[in-house]
Amino acid sequence: MFEVNPGLIIWTMITFGVLVLILGKFAWKPILKALDEREEKIRSAIEQADKARAEAAQLLKQNEKNMAKAEVEYQKMMREARAMADKMKEDIVTKARLQAEQELKRANEEIQRNLEAAKHQLRSEVADLAVKAAEKILDETLDAQKHKKIVDGFLNQLPKN
Amino acid sequence: MLTILEKAAADTSKALADTAAVASHGAGEHGEKFEFSHLLDHIKDGREVEIPFGHFELPHIAPVNIGGMVIDLSPTKHVFFLALSALLLVVVALYAASRYKKSLVPSGLANAFESLVLFIRDEVAIPNMGKGGVRYVPYLLTTFFFILMMNVIGLVPFGATPTGNIAVTAGLAIIAFFMIQISAIRAQGFGHYLAHLTGGVHWLLWPIMVPIEILGLFTKPFALCIRLFANMTGGHIVILSLIGLIFLFRSFVVAPVSVLFALGINMLELFVAFLQAYVFTMLTSLFMGLGMQSGHEEHAHSESH
Repeated sequence: MFEVNPGLIIWTMITFGVLVLILGKFAWKPILKALDEREEKIRSAIEQADKARAEAAQLLKQNEKNMAKAEVEYQKMMREARAMADKMKEDIVTKARLQAEQELKRANEEIQRNLEAAKHQLRSEVADLAVKAAEKILDETLDAQKHKKIVDGFLNQLPKN
Repeated sequence: MLTILEKAAADTSKALADTAAVASHGAGEHGEKFEFSHLLDHIKDGREVEIPFGHFELPHIAPVNIGGMVIDLSPTKHVFFLALSALLLVVVALYAASRYKKSLVPSGLANAFESLVLFIRDEVAIPNMGKGGVRYVPYLLTTFFFILMMNVIGLVPFGATPTGNIAVTAGLAIIAFFMIQISAIRAQGFGHYLAHLTGGVHWLLWPIMVPIEILGLFTKPFALCIRLFANMTGGHIVILSLIGLIFLFRSFVVAPVSVLFALGINMLELFVAFLQAYVFTMLTSLFMGLGMQSGHEEHAHSESH
């Protein structure tokens, strides 16, 4: 049991040597290569994921910044729009008031003019009526022309009202 | 030392046989004498390979003369199982490697194989030898799987454990010895390698230091050789002794106990098969790593001496 067989030592070494050659070339090399490849793949995948995450975070930050900027701009625009609207409103109201006033004035003038005309007409008609009435009363043919002159003169002496 | 051990083993088996003879005589049944040494044949090397319902004889080759030494290279039982485990390993490893052609993600046997490969590379080779040890990973992987295969094949019925033969472990240790020296010389150059043998002490102490350091180079692989051999043989002897108890007492009452204990030891042996393959590989890479790194910490090393 304890004797050392030199032949067995040599066989062991030969077998081991052959094994190292065969396995080294056909087993360990492809397996270790595949393991390295897989490690590289995983590493690059993780790196890519990290990069994508960083990019996404940056994008988010950018978005937030843009949103904030947009908000500020929106506020500014709103303010401007409101100011413009206020101004426009004021303008329109002012213009409308002015126009209304003008319209009112014109209407008043028209009324005045009409009133004047009506008064004038009334006055002449009253004169004619008076003449006719006098003609009837006096039953006397007077020179209509002359008569009218007298009446007009009388009427003019009357206080204007 | 070996002859002493052999004598001790012979004495033990003789004593056991005597006890058996006395026991059988005392029982007064068949006068047949139980030979315990027959059980030991199982772990001995031989010319016959047992197969179910018989055995076959291995061919005999004429001894060859190598460098003045006459060496008998005829295959023995352990050579047969050595080659068988190597063949099995090649089949398994090539199968596992072929699975990577389909996909980088293995499954089944290739997955189990990969976990061991990764363990040897990431937990054994790189921590002990650093990044420079990656080139020795194929050697360590071969060592681990070859030893594992030889350890396990002895647990199979009709199988024998080549690693239970000191010549086989010696062969592995010789290769480990050369790998340790080659890796050290490659890493730190031949000059530094020789300088390391002086231990960094004053030159007057060299006559003492150099033989000690040289002896140290040999003790490491020698320990590897004896450790593996003793562990693999020990388990078998325990199992055979337990089974032997049945024949020794010539009683069926002992059988359940013996079988139960032998079963337990067998499971332990399965664990030891993996453990010793790991220990051999781990220590080899550790020794290689020590030789490779001592050049970088020469100063600290010389102070510590």
